[in-house]
Amino acid sequence: MFSDYSWADLGAIFAMQGFAGLTLFAVFVLMALGLAIIFGQMGVINLAHGEFMILGAYVTYLVSTFFAEYMPALFSLYFFVAMFLAFLASGALGLLVEWALIRHLYKRPLDTLLATWGLSLILQQTYRSVFGAREVGVSLPDWMMGSLPLTDLIEVPINGIFVMILAIGISTAVYVMLFRSNWGRQVRAINQNRDMASAVGINAEWTDRLTFGIGCGVAGVAGSAFTMIGSTGPTSGQLYIVDTFLIVVFGGTASILGTIASAFSISQAQSIMEFFLSGSMAKVLTLLVVVGILMLRPQGLFSMKLRK
Amino acid sequence: MTFSSFMTRKEAFGFLVLAAVIFLVLPLALDAFRLNLFGKYLTYAFVAVGLALFWGMGGILSLGQGVFFGLGGYCMAMFLKLEASTPENTAIQSTPGIPDFMDWNQITALPAWWEPFNSFAFALFAVVAVPVALAFVIGLAMFTRRVGGVYFAIITQAIAAILTILIIGQQGFTGGVNGITDLRTLMGWDIRSEAAKTTLYFVNGALLFAVLMVAHYIRKSKLGRLLRAMRDQPDRVRFSGYNVASFKIFIFCVGAAFAGIGGAMFTLQVGFMSPTLVGIVPSIEMVIFCAVGGRLSIIGAVYGALLVNWAKSTLSESYPELWLFGLGALFIAVVMAFPNGLAGIWSERIEPQILRLFNRSKDDKTAPKRAPAE
Repeated sequence: MFSDYSWADLGAIFAMQGFAGLTLFAVFVLMALGLAIIFGQMGVINLAHGEFMILGAYVTYLVSTFFAEYMPALFSLYFFVAMFLAFLASGALGLLVEWALIRHLYKRPLDTLLATWGLSLILQQTYRSVFGAREVGVSLPDWMMGSLPLTDLIEVPINGIFVMILAIGISTAVYVMLFRSNWGRQVRAINQNRDMASAVGINAEWTDRLTFGIGCGVAGVAGSAFTMIGSTGPTSGQLYIVDTFLIVVFGGTASILGTIASAFSISQAQSIMEFFLSGSMAKVLTLLVVVGILMLRPQGLFSMKLRK
Repeated sequence: MTFSSFMTRKEAFGFLVLAAVIFLVLPLALDAFRLNLFGKYLTYAFVAVGLALFWGMGGILSLGQGVFFGLGGYCMAMFLKLEASTPENTAIQSTPGIPDFMDWNQITALPAWWEPFNSFAFALFAVVAVPVALAFVIGLAMFTRRVGGVYFAIITQAIAAILTILIIGQQGFTGGVNGITDLRTLMGWDIRSEAAKTTLYFVNGALLFAVLMVAHYIRKSKLGRLLRAMRDQPDRVRFSGYNVASFKIFIFCVGAAFAGIGGAMFTLQVGFMSPTLVGIVPSIEMVIFCAVGGRLSIIGAVYGALLVNWAKSTLSESYPELWLFGLGALFIAVVMAFPNGLAGIWSERIEPQILRLFNRSKDDKTAPKRAPAE
């Protein structure tokens, strides 16, 4: 499949598809980070995670419409406001869901899976009733449009770079929070030994709730980033849920670095193969390889040694 | 095994009631169109019974049952499609004698892997063998590495996603997103007529009972007791010298075979097969059929499949928006409030009441508490 192209062409194709893949990578990382927190630290499977992301996307859409209508002068800055509000909205919904649903099911992980699927159906239908079945898109501010020409053949879209920077920034923030902050220490302590952690005075219940909320909030930010590369519909989130779960499992749960590495390899493989094969076959091949590797190495790429 | 050790009087009564519902009540109460719909629901019940075996008893949750359902269905659909695509029927195509969707996709010869499906015997064999083979490979890879629980669920869900994308992407070989449609006859017998669909309904019911008997036998046998033991204390079973993985692989394959049979019957009953029955959404809905009926009860699984689908048709006909809310709420309710489903409600609430009514004359004491029906 490579024989029709010269080396220079191939290099350019790989570079261009690679950069296109970086945008996908950024959304994957942002979505998977939230899951990695919730699944890796709490062992809870949240199948409604995609809907939390889409909530962030809708919030971004609302904010951009609001800015375009009432504050056109500040339109170039709307994204930062939207990101913040998306985090708050998804995080608040996450807190509510943990309180109403998840906390009753910590002992029954398979049932959590079914309950959160039910939640995702309800959220999807809610979005459809509120925002309509048609997909909505946001208009990007001027400074995010266009692309930077690197060489004659290679161009890099600016919004892709921006989403990348965002993903790196938020990954760093999550890493610092988990491994340097007081909250992170408590979360990891509960993960290792819940009874001991409670005995030394950690409020396990509240920490769980906060962890779930933060994971959902990060998904909301992912939704903000998502509006830059695709349009938002009620079921857009569902399309990503399998990919992100595979990313988290593939990377090895409870490992932020592993999540990033696996998001990178999956998005790049998919994006580069997409040029040579049809999009669907690229996806099938990528997923098949991931599932195959997971069957041989169920603990994922990077696994932490945990006392069971 | 004598009859009384195979089935207690209470269990026999449960099967008789189900038989009466399927073979007498529904055919008498419904017109041909509705009965055909219920025939479709019965094919889902095959999957639900399999789920009750390996999810309820074995503790293995598969979110990819649509894969096995679809594979069985596609095997049957390929045979029927080849039978429908005679050179006379497809004379207007540029290549007569091959399925119409291949012709639309500029394929000029039947692919080699379609050839065996000219034989009905091979198709029947493949309906069971293909799902079982896939389940065996998945089970071998996962269970021997002691992967279970949510990891297994996620992997099976990913497999459902992969198969759907593959079927939709390979339009020329699989019929793409439309699936394999316009199926006409089975060995010369027209399956599209109303009479044929009613006959198929009864065939479905009979096959379902055969499957139920197999499931019941497994549940009652030593294998069934081992499965329950493995679900609750896998390590103890392992230390007793049993190979846990091989039992799990076996029961997973049995579930896949049931789903494959259900898929093949679906193709016959409804007259098409498409990727909309394979993917993530249908697969997880099949789990809810089983959960609503009671994940421990094989009879409950059948009622669950019938009830949920009946509610779906009725609600989505009149209030399409409400249905998703209802289904979502059903998922949550069945997990939060009724973890043992309808069978649990029956054996915990209704049955003691009935017993109390009958016993009142003799003995005023309340009926003893029972464990949920298994």
